[in-house]
Amino acid sequence: MESQGGDILFLHMNQDPIRAGEIVVFNVDGKDIPIVHRVIEVHERQDTGEVDVLTKGDNNHGDDRLLYPYGQLWLQKYHIMGRAVGFLPYVGWVTIIMNEKPVIKDALTFHN
Amino acid sequence: MHSFGYRANAVVTFAVTILAVMCSLASLSDNFNVPTPTADVKVLNINWFQKQPNGNDEVSLTLNISADLSSMFTWNTKQVFVFVAAEYETPQNALNQVSFWDGIIPSKEHAKFWIHTTNKYRFIDQGSNLRGKDFNLTLHWHVMPKTGKMFADKIVMTGYRLPEEYR
Repeated sequence: MESQGGDILFLHMNQDPIRAGEIVVFNVDGKDIPIVHRVIEVHERQDTGEVDVLTKGDNNHGDDRLLYPYGQLWLQKYHIMGRAVGFLPYVGWVTIIMNEKPVIKDALTFHN
Repeated sequence: MHSFGYRANAVVTFAVTILAVMCSLASLSDNFNVPTPTADVKVLNINWFQKQPNGNDEVSLTLNISADLSSMFTWNTKQVFVFVAAEYETPQNALNQVSFWDGIIPSKEHAKFWIHTTNKYRFIDQGSNLRGKDFNLTLHWHVMPKTGKMFADKIVMTGYRLPEEYR
């Protein structure tokens, strides 16, 4: 999927199992910025229901193993913070502009 | 009360609210679309089927994928993401889903397609369970709207089987 700065992404998380094709949000151990990519592989254990998940950005050539920490081949359920379910384009620009140019934030907010 | 700041604030808030309402209406209009997709996937050849040094089975296949997803497209559709995955069960794993191929359909004109390809992504098992394995092939589509709710569905095709022996 293609998303640009200013888009608002709606996320939802429930206990439904993670399945191939879903767009998930995850944090790599030790890194701050979450990644929003698609699940391309799922292996779910018989007994515990735990999953090994592999993700990939739609416009990337290869999968996300280069993004995972060294030696980590899969994501687990606890890495995943939500699923993307929809988005509003451009609406976030107001927040971005206000944060980058405080003078606009001052003009637009109430002052006594 | 009538300062520039107050008025600018009121205008921007109103504009953003209208934008959000219009986006919601655009998204709701997608619910009136009744899609009628068709798809067919054939496995033309098993190119090779080996056990890797780490003990995991790997298969290379050539597929023929044809589909007509043009009924998915509405005026609120940005693109459709389509992928083909194998689904199978092993003693260790209740479900394995491995994507073979994916593509982005940018418009309705490209939505009726036919492609002959080897698997784009490697088909590697967790373990050595693939000899003689029965599997399903699923073709999934994920509709990305210009605005609003994404929706997804799939067609499941059954009856595929891997060879009994490595080759």
